[in-house]
Amino acid sequence: MNQETGKNTDAPLTILPKSPTGVTGLDEITGGGIPKGRPTLVCGAAGCGKTLLSVEFIVRGALDYGEPGVFMAFEEKSDELTTNVASLGFDLADLQARKLLKIDHVHIDRSEIEETGEYDLEGLFIRLGYAIDSIGAKRVVLDTIENLFAGLSNMAVLRAELRRLFTWLKDKGVTTIITGEKGDGSLTRQGLEEYVSDCVILLEHRVSNQISTRLLRIVKYRGSTHGTNEYPFLIDEDGISVLPVTSLTLDHPVSSERISSGIPSLDKMLDNKGYFRGSSLLVSGTAGTGKSSIASTFAYATCLRGERCLYFAFEESPQQIVRNMGSIGLDLQQFVNNGLLQFHAARPTLNGLEMHLVAIYKLVNALKPSVVILDPITNLITVGSVSEVKSMLIRLIDFLQSQQVTVMFTALTLNNIVNEQTDEGVSSLVDAWLLVRDIESNGERNRGLYVMKSRGMKHSNQVREFVITDNGLELIDVYLGAEGVLTGSARIAQQLQEATGVALRDHAVSRKDREIERKRTVLESKIASLQEEFESVQDELNKTYVEDDLRKEIMEKNREQMTRSRHDD
Amino acid sequence: MSEQSESWDDELDAANELYVLRLFITGVSVNSVRALTNIKHICETRLAGRYSLEIIDVHQQKELAEEAQLVALPMLIKELPLPVRRLIGDMSDTKLVLTVLGLS
Repeated sequence: MNQETGKNTDAPLTILPKSPTGVTGLDEITGGGIPKGRPTLVCGAAGCGKTLLSVEFIVRGALDYGEPGVFMAFEEKSDELTTNVASLGFDLADLQARKLLKIDHVHIDRSEIEETGEYDLEGLFIRLGYAIDSIGAKRVVLDTIENLFAGLSNMAVLRAELRRLFTWLKDKGVTTIITGEKGDGSLTRQGLEEYVSDCVILLEHRVSNQISTRLLRIVKYRGSTHGTNEYPFLIDEDGISVLPVTSLTLDHPVSSERISSGIPSLDKMLDNKGYFRGSSLLVSGTAGTGKSSIASTFAYATCLRGERCLYFAFEESPQQIVRNMGSIGLDLQQFVNNGLLQFHAARPTLNGLEMHLVAIYKLVNALKPSVVILDPITNLITVGSVSEVKSMLIRLIDFLQSQQVTVMFTALTLNNIVNEQTDEGVSSLVDAWLLVRDIESNGERNRGLYVMKSRGMKHSNQVREFVITDNGLELIDVYLGAEGVLTGSARIAQQLQEATGVALRDHAVSRKDREIERKRTVLESKIASLQEEFESVQDELNKTYVEDDLRKEIMEKNREQMTRSRHDD
Repeated sequence: MSEQSESWDDELDAANELYVLRLFITGVSVNSVRALTNIKHICETRLAGRYSLEIIDVHQQKELAEEAQLVALPMLIKELPLPVRRLIGDMSDTKLVLTVLGLS
């Protein structure tokens, strides 16, 4: 959408000048506003916001775009209108005093008027012309001109005059909004769409399942591309906001910055760094598995970093969450007090889905948080079908990612068997998915946490036991043994058993050591006595050798002497 | 006007009442000229001497248009006698004009 409009404005050829309405979102859908200097028809049933849209068009024009406007009211008196829109922060009296606005109430009542022949609507032309010229108006609203049909009976004259009026307005070069009540089978009761061929905007107020949703659709826009969908819109204290959700494209910037989940052991599972900034995260699990605790811990960690967090609570009140999280050592109140943490609690049934989306959109734009938490998205199912919730969440994720906002959803899975399918179908949309599930064994339930997926990072494939302590959340390695995965008291029992084993083994080892020591002592003393014995034997033997040698030596000497003595003879 | 309950008194009063009429026209358009001619004729024939007819060209006094709640023109306002009545068109339906003016 926006790109196409960009092309239009760059093109040297036909450019359709547009007049921004100043209505949030509407200018995005129309690619810049309604046709400048031409009439636009805004139609819809009673109470769908036609008058409000046109008032906002005039007020924004006067205040933001320097274009004074004439509001010709065929239904409400000037002071009634002023009162009615005061709740939206529009001070019409002030604008009138500053000559930025002229309200002209046209009163026409068939019972007071007799038709005595041919007439025309020159009076209306003169009035309008005078009003436009008196303040140099660039914008005109006729709300709703169809009332003329109730006041005057000559259809032929009225139709001819209306045709002349719209041509005249074009010649005047004023951007005009004409409102018209929805008729049976046609956009307006009197077929105004026949006269206003440039741009037609249809407003609707649809109630399904007792939930009302306001919708806006551009029926036609001659000479311009435009969003063709039904766009939900919201009327609140700031006027009208239209959410042009599907004009968003998948080309938002990405960040490779990592932010902590607030649980060190979980960060460790996620490549030791945590989530990507601006990513979308899903925490799903069965009831009571600690999804909200994970979300609150994330919120806490965000606020600790000094960043803003916006927490949408669809189940609990903010006070409840603050109290409950106090029990696991998270003091959220301090961040509520200093404004870093903002809760927005509402029952899903308060609004239709689209309204929730618009409300989130508005709050995110106003607060510029770095993290948004929706807890839980499951409850939204009560106000829409699965496919509607999914489409809403797609648009929400698109929007938040384009704003570089990290979003965490929690979702309740209803049943252990199908939990990999449900999650409102968002599991394929999110960047990271944590699954918390109950592991039931030995008469107790324990929480197991898995990282089902985590795009763009290494992540652990291990099941961790998820423990909620007084000091926050912790993930513990589960015991993997011959008996499978052990958690909770089974894990503790196994750990105790192992510790006992170690103690016993240690004991046995030391007893054996002492025995060996004793044996060694015995052996050593035996060796010593044997050695003594050996030495005495050796001595004995040596003595014999020495004597033998001596004797041999002496005999040798004697024989020599005898030999010598014989020779001497 | 205090003896309105009596029908002949009404007629007597009506015969003497002063008529204050204002005719809004737009220059010399066909309808305006026709309306002026028609109303003048009615006044002269039925209200001779007891009427005042103010003719206002709205093009000359545009600021009057909002004040007088002008939409369809030409328009005749019967200010007096009360009640105020408004007639639009070229006043060619003489019978209706007379009825509304209370002159039938």
